[in-house]
Amino acid sequence: MGKTLFDKIWDSHVVVSKPGFPDAVYINTHFIHEVTSPQAFDGLRKRGIPVFRTAKTRATADHNVPTIDQHLPIKEALSRKQVEMLTANTAEFGVELYGLGHPYQGIVHVIGPELGITLPGMTIVCGDSHTSTHGAFGAIAFGIGTSEVEQVLATQCILQYRPKRMKIEVNGQLKKGVVSKDIILYIISKISASGATGYFVEYAGEAIRSLSMEARMTICNMSIEMGARGGLIAPDETTFEYIKGREFAPKGADWDKALAYWQTLYTDADAEFDVVLTFDAADIEPMITYGTNPGMGMGVTQHIPSLGEVDDKEKPSFKKSLDYMGLEPGSELLGKKVDYVFIGSCTNSRIEDLRMVADFVKGKKKADDVVVWIVPGSKQVEAQAKKEGIDKIFEAAGFHLREPGCSACLGMNEDKVPAGMYCISTSNRNFEGRQGPNARTFLASPLSAAAAAITGKVTDVRELV
Amino acid sequence: MSKNFQHLVSTAVPIAIENIDTDQIIPARFLKATTRDGFGENLFRDWRFDSNNEPKQDFILNNPIYKGQILVAGKNFGCGSSREHAAWAIGDYGFKVVISSFFADIFKNNALNNFILPITVTDEFLDKIFRAIEADPATQLEIDIEQQTLKIVATGDETKFDINPYKKACLINGYDDIDYLLSLRKEIESYEASREFNF
Repeated sequence: MGKTLFDKIWDSHVVVSKPGFPDAVYINTHFIHEVTSPQAFDGLRKRGIPVFRTAKTRATADHNVPTIDQHLPIKEALSRKQVEMLTANTAEFGVELYGLGHPYQGIVHVIGPELGITLPGMTIVCGDSHTSTHGAFGAIAFGIGTSEVEQVLATQCILQYRPKRMKIEVNGQLKKGVVSKDIILYIISKISASGATGYFVEYAGEAIRSLSMEARMTICNMSIEMGARGGLIAPDETTFEYIKGREFAPKGADWDKALAYWQTLYTDADAEFDVVLTFDAADIEPMITYGTNPGMGMGVTQHIPSLGEVDDKEKPSFKKSLDYMGLEPGSELLGKKVDYVFIGSCTNSRIEDLRMVADFVKGKKKADDVVVWIVPGSKQVEAQAKKEGIDKIFEAAGFHLREPGCSACLGMNEDKVPAGMYCISTSNRNFEGRQGPNARTFLASPLSAAAAAITGKVTDVRELV
Repeated sequence: MSKNFQHLVSTAVPIAIENIDTDQIIPARFLKATTRDGFGENLFRDWRFDSNNEPKQDFILNNPIYKGQILVAGKNFGCGSSREHAAWAIGDYGFKVVISSFFADIFKNNALNNFILPITVTDEFLDKIFRAIEADPATQLEIDIEQQTLKIVATGDETKFDINPYKKACLINGYDDIDYLLSLRKEIESYEASREFNF
């Protein structure tokens, strides 16, 4: 019987497999950032051991960094200390750092792909659950905890049990105004925030295949939001075209050799998955979430479920969630006033996202009473946006392009949404307090967020494109 | 955080909410420490304290009737971020066991790596525990790791739970994964030498 793509990559990375033990899996690339690495370096110090393969770990500062005036010292003392500690730790242990001020700095899941570090067939880990993003290249990529960061620093390996495999097929073609973010929000709304827990997902089907690399990254990025260990997409010409010529991508004869290998990375026709789910792209409309986990999403023209439509056992959690959001069961969101618009995060901060927003807002004006934050994913994205004049389009519309970082995705840095305010956000989580204490989040696509920035309310973007 | 344990009898704190994510367990703004200590005081921070840092009386951790080394929570506990700080906060607060009918993968690994035992029970058994504690907050639960059993002491209701043999041995003996991985040095080096595409 044939193998799934996941199994092909996993099998070729197993160093030791013993009955009763988890597999020791070799890691090709390890990304670290300032929040989940200090205690891991501390662990190495306590054990008196070095980083085993320094060239296979790369660091950047993203979670804590401000997104304006990055040339000035970080104001918040604890954030500054964490970023400084990353600088000290990477210097002491000999790890490459793309810190603040470096032309490669940015959100860890944006810079890996754009620098050509992320490649098909790799195993990639990072102390961040959105590491699943890199699966878009046909890599096994997943988030880990700090103890596991320490394992990888110490041994370039990690102990893992092989997850089950799920295939999610999205067939057909997307309708106008519907983009990759809507696909993944739709899938999660159908299978719930825990629907893929224990599985590694392979996305397939015509609608996935037709997406650009950056759009594929948005899909894989949110695999974790349905509980999946990770999600991947078999590499194809779109993938190879994207990688070719990037800073750290293989060149010359190495490229030819790598390409020949990458072309073997697909799921065999007779391979079996534990679960196969099939969706039709034509059923998907622009999506928005109404609750406090990413599974609580709906088409923008739909109604929030009424209490009668919710399972008895789920009612307490459902009510708690809507209370937090200040929303009524059975109501609709269309036309609901928003206070903030956040376009950014490792889900939607790449150049194509910014282009999509710029194309839409060109010649339009921001609604007066909405605060709009547009945060590029990296210094390179920022530079490219400026080169294309996207920053000027934003300014004409009343927006401002900020500097790269995780920003308002997680309420850790200075960019927080105030209590009680509604933010339509291109990020990945609508948890209570995620964007700041008592902030209320509507997750949506960059296009839907841009529409809300112009109208000041939740809008069906299809009426404007 | 104390390491190995084999047997525990304790009262439990019930939080009958589903999908408790790691942003609730420890909000991101408290992730700025550079050590593993002290996260317990911010466990469930925004559920425990209001914006003036006053304890919210309606949250169960602020109710002295409910205490113990066991946390019982609704399904899909620990979803969201990979932050191990969530496990550190739970351990630092004094919990050694978390019981739910479903755990998110990364949280489960993080908990075990910190010698906190996540026990998965059926929805029905979880309901039994919630009901028993509701009827009597002094309800004791008994956990035996060797036998892989969880018992509601007063009613005698008992269930077996799964834990993989490797993690069970780690928990009982206080070993961690790095000790094991470091012992594989030779195998790792020969794997590296054998790889045609080691990027």
